[in-house]
Amino acid sequence: MASTNHSDPSRSFQGLILALHAYWAERGCVILQPYDMEVGAGTFHPATTLRALGPLAWNAAYVQPSRRPKDGRYGENPNRLQHYYQYQVILKPNPPDLQELYLGSLEAIGIDPLLHDIRFVEDDWESPTLGAWGLGWECWCDGMEVSQFTYFQQVCGIECAPVAGELTYGLERLAMYVQGVDNVYDLNFNGREGEDKVTYGEVFLQAEQEYSRHNFEFANTAMLLKHFEDAEAECRALLAAGAERPEGEPYRMVLPAYDQCIKASHVFNLLDARGVISVTERQSYILRVRNLAKACGEAFLQTEAGGFRPVREAA
Amino acid sequence: MPDLLLELRSEEIPARMQRKAAGDLRKMLTDGLVDAGLTYEGCREYWTPRRLTLDIRGLTARSRDVREERKGPSTKAPEQAIQGFLRAAGLTDISEAHVHTDPKKGDFYVAHVVKPGRTTEEIVAELVPSIVRNFPWPKSMRWGAASGPKGRSYGGVEGRGGDALRWVRPLQSILCTFGPEGADTAVIDFEIDGIRSGNVTWGHRFLAPGAIAVKRFEDYAAKLEAAKVVLDAERRKEIIRQDARNLAFAAGLDLVEDEALLEEVSGLVEWPVVLMGEFEKEFLDIPAEVIRLTIRANQKCFVVRPSRPASPASRDEGGLGLHDGPHPEVRAERASNDALSNRFILTANIEASDGGAEIVRGNGKVVRARLSDALYFWKTDQADLPDLPSLKASGEKFGLDLEKPLDQRMARLDHQRVTFHARLGTQGERVQRIARLAEELAPLVGADPALARRAAVLAKADLQTEVVGEFPELQGAMGRKYAILQGEHPSVAAAIEEHWKPQGPSDRVPSDPVSVAVALADKLDTLAGFWVIDEKPTGSKDPFALRRAALGVIRIVLENRLNFSIDPFNDVQILRHQIGATPSKPEKLNAILSAAAAGGVFGQRARALIAEAKADAPSWLPLIDEHDPSISDDLRAFLQDRLKVYLRDSGVRHDLIDAVITPRSCNLLQIVRRVEALGKLLDTEDGRNLLAGTKRAANILAAEEKKGTRVADAVDPTLFREPAERALHEAVNQAGSRAAQAIEKEDFSAAMVALGALREPVDSFFEQVLVNDEDEAVRANRLALLARIRAATDRVADFSRIAG
Repeated sequence: MASTNHSDPSRSFQGLILALHAYWAERGCVILQPYDMEVGAGTFHPATTLRALGPLAWNAAYVQPSRRPKDGRYGENPNRLQHYYQYQVILKPNPPDLQELYLGSLEAIGIDPLLHDIRFVEDDWESPTLGAWGLGWECWCDGMEVSQFTYFQQVCGIECAPVAGELTYGLERLAMYVQGVDNVYDLNFNGREGEDKVTYGEVFLQAEQEYSRHNFEFANTAMLLKHFEDAEAECRALLAAGAERPEGEPYRMVLPAYDQCIKASHVFNLLDARGVISVTERQSYILRVRNLAKACGEAFLQTEAGGFRPVREAA
Repeated sequence: MPDLLLELRSEEIPARMQRKAAGDLRKMLTDGLVDAGLTYEGCREYWTPRRLTLDIRGLTARSRDVREERKGPSTKAPEQAIQGFLRAAGLTDISEAHVHTDPKKGDFYVAHVVKPGRTTEEIVAELVPSIVRNFPWPKSMRWGAASGPKGRSYGGVEGRGGDALRWVRPLQSILCTFGPEGADTAVIDFEIDGIRSGNVTWGHRFLAPGAIAVKRFEDYAAKLEAAKVVLDAERRKEIIRQDARNLAFAAGLDLVEDEALLEEVSGLVEWPVVLMGEFEKEFLDIPAEVIRLTIRANQKCFVVRPSRPASPASRDEGGLGLHDGPHPEVRAERASNDALSNRFILTANIEASDGGAEIVRGNGKVVRARLSDALYFWKTDQADLPDLPSLKASGEKFGLDLEKPLDQRMARLDHQRVTFHARLGTQGERVQRIARLAEELAPLVGADPALARRAAVLAKADLQTEVVGEFPELQGAMGRKYAILQGEHPSVAAAIEEHWKPQGPSDRVPSDPVSVAVALADKLDTLAGFWVIDEKPTGSKDPFALRRAALGVIRIVLENRLNFSIDPFNDVQILRHQIGATPSKPEKLNAILSAAAAGGVFGQRARALIAEAKADAPSWLPLIDEHDPSISDDLRAFLQDRLKVYLRDSGVRHDLIDAVITPRSCNLLQIVRRVEALGKLLDTEDGRNLLAGTKRAANILAAEEKKGTRVADAVDPTLFREPAERALHEAVNQAGSRAAQAIEKEDFSAAMVALGALREPVDSFFEQVLVNDEDEAVRANRLALLARIRAATDRVADFSRIAG
């Protein structure tokens, strides 16, 4: 019986995650863990940004905690969070039946397409900070956007060849939908009832309040401005160091440099939330992060994961 | 004759692109077929979110053989040339060629070549792949294994690198059948990037996902319908429209029709199922337009309103069931604004197993979340801003009442130094300039200067409201609502909305004097600013919509019969831009510029004030004192040019416009009145003859002037020999002074009538008098008389520019 199954995705937030893991693992994805840095979206995980580049096939799925400092509402808004979970799937090249696979995943978490109105509504995705864009849709379930479906065309300013399909599920929103809950903090996290039940609010409400204070009021902007400069300089320095190698050898250091690019991006988001970045400056910060991302992407293509074959091997 | 059926099935095509794509497909394919020598009787295109379909009837089965003669070399040509000819003509032996004889060239070979016709199958199989590869999607993409680099394969599929097919979204299948009416059809076989054409399609994604084999359009359309796909977009629209109306009607409501939304929604579903949802009545506190846009933009749903004529009771319940009851103005506003009902209409793509209950519930939830955002915006906009103390300085600068919400928003717009344009400063500076100009224009358009100023000061305030932040298309409309709520004068509230008008050639032109003053000031300020930084429209590029602004000025002036010269206002606004914000001695500057607006930069009053100001020598003074009119001359020429375009578009002869416009004409209304009067004169026989006579006079003069013949400086009556000379002289004197008097009174019709009287004496003059008299003095005198005709008519129009 469903009621005794604590991992029923329609009653348990973690059950929803487990169901998606099981579904995508079954379809050949490596199930990764979240990247251990602050990012604004699952796309920033190197498993997506960098692995979308180059010719090698790559299929992965993971949960990524995502931080959007500006979206904090001190825990008072039932829908908006400065920290939330995205479920991210990347399939490269995209299989021909990616839409069907996606719909299958919805069924796996209890959304019956003969009961609910599922729609693919035009939405072209673009990330100016990552120099990335793609075509795809917002996926609607009964008028609510529950996922983003994108065929990556360009990442880090580089054409994707082959194209990867990216699926991003907004987990809290999806869970609120399948659990029939109007306030995110009321979500059942562990699928238990009564005394054993743990809600999303019990896990995250305090964090939302504290981080909202931090993001809007207390984050040290002088320090952050310096951190941005440092991360930018470090990214460039690491890329330069990684470029030093014998001819025909792969690039020696890209991933640590990309970490600094991610860091710069998050610091920028925090500064933005603190309101210290003017409209005109905003553009130039975004451009600086994009330039780092581009440099990392270009270097990645010269690593083995990026499809680079050392000359002596190829010979 | 045979029929062709083509279906390109893909993943969901953006709704806004479907109609055009189907049209493009039709055009490309039918053009290609005709170019290949085929003919067809009819073609219709269809589209759904997942397919583009063409139904071509009566298509010829093959193209005709084409016979042509190919000329070859002389029969005496060397062997090499003859061999070359055989190869080119596809002959095996020269005996297959004919010999023709030419009297000059002698005998030469001619090959009779037959280019055999091709089968339609062959033509289509070649044409469709090339159309698909070159399809003009606004945005297209690559996908899947084929998008990989060449030399790599993924699951057995080769990467095609840069040659990979592009389509709007992944192309899934191609159906292409061809065959005679009533008989079997066959698949036209071709392949594009691994997609092989066939006779199979698929039904509705969820309701009938199976494969369907089809023969021709009839069974294709019928089988799709059975598989829950309504192929014809117009029918889907009609279904949605009718079902939505019926659902509304059954609930005692009227659908708020929205063609653009209907078009979009019909492109989001293959099997439309219309359902009705509900939201809480307290959301009806939000203005109807905001509710409509919120539900439309985010949810693509229709709104409904109480059926008209609504009983007062039901309207009250529907719209105003609120606790403390809104402001009386709000009641009025809402009543005039078609109160909505707390229902909405959505279009699903499935017949749900529970009859749609879950779908309605889910959509209602999202609509409620969006409306609570909108309600929050609407309430926030009427509440105090949190940072009031910091807005004091801006408040004082504009004379704002910081107790009032809209005044606070204007103060913040200024305080935050929001940029209007990088080289034209902030919105605050812009509002200051516009407010000054609106005040100066007010007396000329019959507006109270204080009201014009107040309206201008609040005109851009709503750019700082949350609602306009969410829905930019509501700028102006929201400002008006908030202005009414805070008790502004009705003309001020109206002007906040109407100063943006007219937005295009068919938009309404404001007529309330306060609206006219602010609308003119806004547009003239924009034009002056971009002229100062030399960002004028060029060719098809007009990124700041300056042509539209100029047309707005023209229409406001003409439709309100505003009789004044635009020039001084251009001058002062250009000066305001050149001098910039925070000048020294602003009071003196303002006094001088206002005097210049009223009487020109070189007017007496302005000059007196400039002379006074010289003692303090403020930095801006030279700009005014030595005012360089070239920018405003250029702007005037632009306005004249737009006026010509506008008049020409409304059917006025362009030669008449050219005849009355001089480089210095800057009273737009007078230009038009002159054109009208001139047109009337030329409609009479007197007018046409006068024109001919005047032209003759002008031609003779021009010819003699060119030859260097002397023309007397003044007409000397003692040199007259003929009565016709004397009569013409008198008539010219009289007509000239009458016309001058009439023009003084701006009575252009009377001026034309006065000139019309010249017709008879001019005609007699040319009949009876020979201008080129032997006596040099007489000739010079006669030429001077002709010059007088030209001078008299020139007062009204340059007759030489009129055709005919």
